[in-house]
Amino acid sequence: MMYEFAYVRPASLEDAVRALRMHSEAKPLAGGMSLLSAMKLRLAAPTHLVDLGRLDGLAGIAGNNQAITIGAMTRHADVAASPIVREAIPALAVLAGDIGDRQVRHRGTLGGSVANADPAACYPAAVLGLAGTIITDRRHIGSDDFFRGLYETALETDEIVAAVEFTRPARAGYMKFPHPASRFALVGVFVAEFGAGNVRVAVTGAGPRVFREARLEAALAKEFTPTVASAVAVSAEGLNSDRAASAEYRAHLVSVMAARAVAWALAPTSQS
Amino acid sequence: MKTAVSIIVNDRRCETEVPTTMLLVDFLREVAGSKGTVVGCDTGQCGCCTVHVDGDAVKSCTMLTAQADGASILTIEGLASADGMHPMQRAFHEHHALQCGYCTAGIVMNAVDIVTKHHELDERTIRRLIEGNLCRCTGYSNIVDAILEAAREAKRGA
Repeated sequence: MMYEFAYVRPASLEDAVRALRMHSEAKPLAGGMSLLSAMKLRLAAPTHLVDLGRLDGLAGIAGNNQAITIGAMTRHADVAASPIVREAIPALAVLAGDIGDRQVRHRGTLGGSVANADPAACYPAAVLGLAGTIITDRRHIGSDDFFRGLYETALETDEIVAAVEFTRPARAGYMKFPHPASRFALVGVFVAEFGAGNVRVAVTGAGPRVFREARLEAALAKEFTPTVASAVAVSAEGLNSDRAASAEYRAHLVSVMAARAVAWALAPTSQS
Repeated sequence: MKTAVSIIVNDRRCETEVPTTMLLVDFLREVAGSKGTVVGCDTGQCGCCTVHVDGDAVKSCTMLTAQADGASILTIEGLASADGMHPMQRAFHEHHALQCGYCTAGIVMNAVDIVTKHHELDERTIRRLIEGNLCRCTGYSNIVDAILEAAREAKRGA
């Protein structure tokens, strides 16, 4: 049973920010897939929930030749099915279509995932790998500055993610090794090539937060092939070690998943 | 603390005040009287509480009743028509796709949504799409067979 809280349903993004500012222990509620679960376990106890569910302006997908912009309240199922995303960044559509399970994808949102910054969530890898920009109610934050630590981002306590802009890559791929029980990424790797010599590699699940893997980026910038990725020895230093996998095993999985992601990027299919 | 909601459950409107902490599954069972929707794990894993909210299968244990204000909900009780069982229910019956039956309502609700939205279904795809439903008895084989059968029937009828 959750602790008591007041339920607030703002009519605008400004009202939502105001509600957060008024109550220091208030939290914005997006799809609730992580927050409500945490509240049921009494791991979170906000005094107020500010439900963003009726802010229709926060949901939707738009694209141009350089980038696509996805509203924070857009559900995973809608990203996965979007013709715009599937055409511009198929790896992102496949990633969204493989988060959790389909019931979760009908509720979970991009903004919720990014703001929560779960160290094993899939979306942060895409945001960082695609040189994304987090657009909030007040500013733009580059993905390299956004993810700070375990469930920790650059967001102020009263700041709300409105949308995320993803740079269109020449090609990209995402592969994860799912945790056998939770299906979160034990290790997930997003690779993106933005033209010759410009490659980003973002890793989720392996460490306390999503991070870029410099050695893989340098090697793949020279030659974007699976063989090159699997030859890179990733350091286990600072990686997570738990019942499911040691740090050394996770380090090994990073180059294996990177190689598979590159292979997918070179020959995309509709499934991961 | 309470909040006012107006929710349609199986074509019947329900207007009332509920505690802000009330989960949708508890509203369906205790307020709307739809006891066919059950709680399995209460942590969003097992899918026993799956219902349709505005046409999408969701886990009603991980949604506040307040979030469903204004929504139209379909539960297992709303599936059958005057002519008898829904084709998915019939397929589950014919393929013996249940043993203890506790997960069945949730799986049937997800399966109905799957067949409505996916027109090319094979065994691998179905297994992937029912990842959000756990069954501890059957081993899933008969469940997959039942969904395949219902999908074929839906295609013939389309």
